[in-house]
Amino acid sequence: MRLTDKDVRYVAALANLNLSDEETERMLHDLDGILAQMDALAEIDTEGVAPMAQVLFGADDPAHETATLRADLERPTLDKEVALQNAPMSGEGYFKVPRVIER
Amino acid sequence: MTRHTIQSIREGLRAKEFTAVEVAREALEFAERENPKTNAYLLLCPERALAAAAEVDRKLAGGEDAGALAGVPMAVKDVILTKGVRTTCASKMLENYIPPYDATAVERIEAAGGVIIGKTNCDEFAMGSSNENSYFGPVRNPVALDRVPGGSSGGSAAVVAQGTAVVSLGSDTGGSIRQPASFCGVVGVTPTYGRVSRYGLVAFASSLDHIGPFARNVRDSATVLGVMSGRDPMDSTSADAPVPNYAGGLNGDVRGMTIGLPVEYMKHATGDTVDRIHEAVAKLRTMGCEVRDISLPATDYAIATYYIICTAEASANLARFDGVRYGYRSSASGTLSEMYRNTRGEGFGAEVKRRIMLGTYVLSHGYYDAYYLKAQKVRALIARDFTNAFQTVDAIVAPVSPFPAFRIGEKVNDPVEMYLSDIYTITGSLAGIPCMSVPCGTAEGGLPVGLQILCNHFEEQKMFRLAHAFENS
Repeated sequence: MRLTDKDVRYVAALANLNLSDEETERMLHDLDGILAQMDALAEIDTEGVAPMAQVLFGADDPAHETATLRADLERPTLDKEVALQNAPMSGEGYFKVPRVIER
Repeated sequence: MTRHTIQSIREGLRAKEFTAVEVAREALEFAERENPKTNAYLLLCPERALAAAAEVDRKLAGGEDAGALAGVPMAVKDVILTKGVRTTCASKMLENYIPPYDATAVERIEAAGGVIIGKTNCDEFAMGSSNENSYFGPVRNPVALDRVPGGSSGGSAAVVAQGTAVVSLGSDTGGSIRQPASFCGVVGVTPTYGRVSRYGLVAFASSLDHIGPFARNVRDSATVLGVMSGRDPMDSTSADAPVPNYAGGLNGDVRGMTIGLPVEYMKHATGDTVDRIHEAVAKLRTMGCEVRDISLPATDYAIATYYIICTAEASANLARFDGVRYGYRSSASGTLSEMYRNTRGEGFGAEVKRRIMLGTYVLSHGYYDAYYLKAQKVRALIARDFTNAFQTVDAIVAPVSPFPAFRIGEKVNDPVEMYLSDIYTITGSLAGIPCMSVPCGTAEGGLPVGLQILCNHFEEQKMFRLAHAFENS
């Protein structure tokens, strides 16, 4: 096993994901199996290969808008009311969340 | 409904055999009646459909151009936003989400006269290869109801195969259009990365996500892709390359085309699939194509590469679902951070959690270089394989999937086995090249087999020409 219970719980905390004990056990088994497959990558020689993060066309052409930043112009966004329509809880024009600071 | 194509609807409207509203009504009724067999639609939107159809009729009555998709009943995968029409990503997390805007692809489809009649089922957040990961239950393959339709765009493939839509939109990150197209016996197209704007497509893995069409023939798929393609200022990665008239380029002329058959792609495929591909190759030869073996040596590393990159990107993209701005919020009381954890723990299904966990792990301190960075380098090698191959061949043909549609439940408990069904589709996705599935016969039990055609970046026209000639041979 590459992973332990503790690793799974640590990663779940990083991901803000609540897992039940049963889910944690299953996750340990599944992730271990998947990571075993992924270790095959260690075999392939990538010396001097530049990492490819994105398929981006015209990246070498500064005139190409795709590869550059758009002009910094003001443009309309969603109205506040519309933006709040799907919020589980809102009020006074804001998203509402449970208390942040514990006393 | 099942006999209609884009062309037959255009001709019928012109000859006044029917109106767009009549076609839309018929499509909605047929879909409502047939859907319980497959569970392919999550929702029908008659109001929107009839309004769009009425607009087409109004334009036609006034002698105006009603667009390339005038009056065509279509379905849209439920990861693509439709303003005012619930869009769930087949997740509990977005069970009640009503988008405040349309995806660019949807806007363009409707501007061209397309009539969206409903939203289709899929794997939750497009994560899966069988459509079994939907919060709203699996989709059944219309060809064999005890089998999966493929995934993740299983519903979009099924509605076209079932005839409850003429064409549909899906999304493809690692094969989610081509694999279900092959399983259901329809045409499915993944265009060049950036060809179609991703604005309004709920992000899974941003460097790999594509929107593309399903259709019952190559010409219809080319028409739909043409309508959706082109630069969109709302998606900075959308390409501003010119959009050729894809449907107009289907002249059957493939004589002298050179085609590569990658030896690595025939290794895992099972008997019938291999036979159908060899028969397809023989057919291509009689059509005047020159087919030769080629090698894409980095193929063996594609699955590992893909599942590292896509989960890493997914773990970041899905961070937005935290119960604050939209979607599900846990009713368990607690602090803000407890609310995040409970919401995500309760709102996401098992496969989505698995991928978030894997993605978080490969990006975490101490593992980033060994997994994520390494995978990005191997991705470059996979892309280089294709660049090299396209110096000597015009197109590549391969199986879409190593096996035809499997039984519902057959692979659901083994993620590694499930991931293997993407083995031939993820390479094209990683390289960002256009690829498609076109039917090439059936395996035992009448299960459809798809031939995959891959071309170089922005060579959709060549790909469509070959697929169309093959389809009509």
